[in-house]
Amino acid sequence: MKAIYRRELNSYFNSMIGYVFIAVLVFLVGFYFWYVNLVNGYPYFSQTLASTQIIFMIAVPILTMKSMSEDRKGKTDQMLLTAPVSLTSIVLGKYLAMATVLLVPMLLFCLCPVIVALNGVAYFLVDYASILAFFLMGCVYISIGLFISALTESQVIAAVGTFAVILLLHLWNSFVELLPDFLKNLLSAFSFRDVISNFTQYQVFDVGGLFLYLSMAFIFVFLTIQTLQKRRWS
Amino acid sequence: MIVKESEDGNVIEVCGLTKRYGRHVAVDRLSFSVGKGQIYGFLGPNGAGKSTTMNIMTGFLGATEGDVLIDGVSISENPDGVKRRIGYLPEQPPLYTDMTVSEYLSFAAELKKLPKPERRTLIEEAMEMTGIESVKNRLIRNLSKGYKQRVGLAQALLGYPEILILDEPMVGLDPKQIIEMRALIRGLAEKHTIILSSHILSEVQELCDTILIINYGRMVATGTPAELEQELAGMPELVLTVRGDGKKAEKALVGIPGVVKVTPAPCREAGAAAFHMKSAPDTDIREGVFRCCVEKNLPILQMERAGMTLEDVFLRLTAAVEPDETVPADSGSGDESIWEVRTKGPEMPDTKEETE
Repeated sequence: MKAIYRRELNSYFNSMIGYVFIAVLVFLVGFYFWYVNLVNGYPYFSQTLASTQIIFMIAVPILTMKSMSEDRKGKTDQMLLTAPVSLTSIVLGKYLAMATVLLVPMLLFCLCPVIVALNGVAYFLVDYASILAFFLMGCVYISIGLFISALTESQVIAAVGTFAVILLLHLWNSFVELLPDFLKNLLSAFSFRDVISNFTQYQVFDVGGLFLYLSMAFIFVFLTIQTLQKRRWS
Repeated sequence: MIVKESEDGNVIEVCGLTKRYGRHVAVDRLSFSVGKGQIYGFLGPNGAGKSTTMNIMTGFLGATEGDVLIDGVSISENPDGVKRRIGYLPEQPPLYTDMTVSEYLSFAAELKKLPKPERRTLIEEAMEMTGIESVKNRLIRNLSKGYKQRVGLAQALLGYPEILILDEPMVGLDPKQIIEMRALIRGLAEKHTIILSSHILSEVQELCDTILIINYGRMVATGTPAELEQELAGMPELVLTVRGDGKKAEKALVGIPGVVKVTPAPCREAGAAAFHMKSAPDTDIREGVFRCCVEKNLPILQMERAGMTLEDVFLRLTAAVEPDETVPADSGSGDESIWEVRTKGPEMPDTKEETE
């Protein structure tokens, strides 16, 4: 797993993808931070994160589109799958490499509450808990992108598919409203936005929500492994 | 790990291997075994199931039915143990084009779980064997097809696995590189068991101890190159071109003892005639032809003996088979269309003798 993790991480920083991903995130969040927190003097950095979560819709597909599809297209999957490593470690290596790329802007965001504190009162607990939730939300989206990338050979289809699913998840609450009652009750539990709103707007440390994020990420990584396994046997 | 000694010293045993994609059968009940230190050749036209078989043997694909045993260990039961003993060069070398050659090989070494202290040396040896030291710091994406192929081979060789499976290793190489690659493979066979596939006959014929001809996923014939040629030799044939009147010449030639059949053949030279002459098995009619031609004053322009070469065997076995026919290995008797293909083919079989 270490070999694959290191190779993937290097490949993100040998190509533009890693830098573009980080730049897109830092630029948008930075812009909001400047406007909301610095210009208007609002003390909560969490509010900035709440307003910028939509950026995942653009940034995550950039990161995940090639994760599995490129191997299939370039036939490098033949090398990985015929090496003495398990499918689980192949997929986990790739997933953790992407999560690591996501971690870089998160670490930069950790500076923002400090900057707020230098200019007035900062609410560190709320802000850092929100950054954690923001990071885990990104991790869920990355696992979805990974799964979609495993379904296709085409990076474009993977990117568009991931964009569409994240868009749907972003509009989840309005979408669920349209459904009959029994479905509404069931599906509204899967609202990823509610979780991050609890952290950023209501200042609640939503343990159940974090559990939802972690279990969703687990499910999609698991489904990715199963997709690869199925392809070997079909 | 359960290891049971294979009864007859075979390293690889493939039993009843079948791979179905929906209704399409890519590999159909394929069984064979490969002895230690052998070079085993898969020969078959494109789409015959060579690559699929190799992909199953290396654990990339799962088989619908059947199993692959490496030294008695099944690949489905102990995939990691088996994969460690196999080096695989797929049809398209599995290269990460955004890496340099040495980065890529270090990655491959780590992936294969080679012991850390030896990695450097093993990588350098693999690069030396395949002659890629000069490009080790270049990005793979910028290399030529031949070099890419060699990097792929270096990756397969890394750590000296006991079994090397090479899917069309010569594709994309120039003639000089092909000769080098042949020498390399032959050298490797001293210590490794090698399976290679090709649709190019001369390659397999020159390198392999045993050949398996495969078509539509089925084994059509197997044996050493010599055995295969012998098995399907059929009637010996002579191709003769003489100067003079065709009709007169044909009449004279039919009279030679041992000649069974004379058929006129197309001739490009003006004032000359060409014939295919079939003789009874185990008879050499060449001297008789010479004497007859001297007597009738028919100068011989060309005379060649067309024994059934491996190429003919290959064409015959693979051309005539339909997916739903069972073809026994010894089903070769004269088929005019195939003889046509052979006589017009661009590659002249090595076994022909020519006289001017």
